[in-house]
Amino acid sequence: MLDDFLVRAAIAGVGVALAAGPLGSFVIWRRMAYFGDATAHAAILGVALALILSMPVTLGTLIVALAMAATVSWLAARGHAMDSTLGVLAHSALALGLVAISFVPAVRVDLSAFLFGDILAVGKSDLAVIWGGALLVVALIVWRWSRLLTATLSRELAAASGIDPDREGLVLTLALAVVVAVALKVVGALLIAAMLIIPAAAARGLARTPEGMAVGAIGIGAASALAGLGASWQFDTPAGPSIVTAAAAFFLVTALLGRLRGR
Amino acid sequence: MSLISAQDLQVSYGGVKVLDGVSVAIEPGEIVTLVGPNGSGKSTLVKVLLGVIAPDRGRVIRAKGLRIGYVPQRLHIDANLPMTVARFLSLPKRQPDDKVSAALTRAGVPGLEAQQMTALSGGQFQRVLLARALLTDPQILVLDEPTQGLDQPGEAAFYELLETVRRETGVGVFMVSHDLHVVMSASDRVVCLNHHICCQGTPKVVRDAPEYRALFGHGTHGALALYQHDHDHSHDPVTGHDHGGGHA
Repeated sequence: MLDDFLVRAAIAGVGVALAAGPLGSFVIWRRMAYFGDATAHAAILGVALALILSMPVTLGTLIVALAMAATVSWLAARGHAMDSTLGVLAHSALALGLVAISFVPAVRVDLSAFLFGDILAVGKSDLAVIWGGALLVVALIVWRWSRLLTATLSRELAAASGIDPDREGLVLTLALAVVVAVALKVVGALLIAAMLIIPAAAARGLARTPEGMAVGAIGIGAASALAGLGASWQFDTPAGPSIVTAAAAFFLVTALLGRLRGR
Repeated sequence: MSLISAQDLQVSYGGVKVLDGVSVAIEPGEIVTLVGPNGSGKSTLVKVLLGVIAPDRGRVIRAKGLRIGYVPQRLHIDANLPMTVARFLSLPKRQPDDKVSAALTRAGVPGLEAQQMTALSGGQFQRVLLARALLTDPQILVLDEPTQGLDQPGEAAFYELLETVRRETGVGVFMVSHDLHVVMSASDRVVCLNHHICCQGTPKVVRDAPEYRALFGHGTHGALALYQHDHDHSHDPVTGHDHGGGHA
């Protein structure tokens, strides 16, 4: 079964949705959308680093994404204006990554695969990396769920309950870097943030509790992956963007449903 | 021993000293109110006591395993975060349903469990915050202007409830208040802060202190006099009026 590239692609897409659902919910609740973007764009710099140093691409991505996420958190804690800081960092990292990749011999690099993903080329070892990373992130979030949620509501409320809000922020930063590293192959650096935000935003309209939203985001993300792959196969469209388009369609539907129900 | 005590705190923001040499201690069962003008460092002091801000100098000592019930001045819940009242009360620790509904009833907002937090009125919201703080069986309640958004009867009921809870559970209370009337009628001890501690003691002592008069002017004196009757009879000797000896 795993020999079929479409089946492998579907399993990879569902794996990414599994981690992106709950993490994406936190990204929305904490208004970290641009933060996710910056980290994802930095992935291209990680790819360049990995190719130049001849190490696994996932490892390079992970390292640079972590460094970016840590830098941004550090700057935020020092009260820098986040909107402009993130804008500078996100685009600088992307541009620098593209420049760095140009030094790598062209035969070794398919740039568009890193920008837009290459889900149909996912191999068995890729699957292991994607699911390993996704399960790690889900386990981390489930384990610390209550603390993360309390720290997201209010730093003071968390501290009063003996929770260190900075440590919980660090947990999310770490999880974000892992998701970026494993999702790169599936949707590409430019659309990772979309996989984080759109399914979670789509689930918002249907959920009454935080748990409901996180689980709903997983479901919608997985459905988007499958629908996007189907469409890609049917209409010969690029797979990564098709998945994100499917997610956007789900968002539209739940947003309309939410409005109808609200009346 | 004190539930929580701070010794010689100093906190600066960008070179400006917000707290300078502040020492304060809260004993079990006493209601201590912190007053001071806007920007005097009240909220900063609360944050240091909670452990959100680390002081540049000085230290905070908490009783071992201290359970704090905290009611913030305001809590903004992102519109994208779906949260029922029942779920909110179970954060960070799961609480059984009957305890949740009992806490809501006690705080004067029974039956709100299934409501979304974002759909509550200001008054309901504050009471839900109090219900959550009471659920953890706290040894000390830290309240930062807890009656914001309540009308006058609601405010009176709020402090009545606080007094009842204190009597029944012996919880210590540390609250920030702008409301000078309430300060005088509901506190055992008042701490007047303006970056440093100007004066502290029983409401009566503070009211008569020249430092307090200088900060709040004479206009307040009339208002306070109106409530003099209240505070003259409301202090029993048990609550004690010294500051636990931790004060320099």
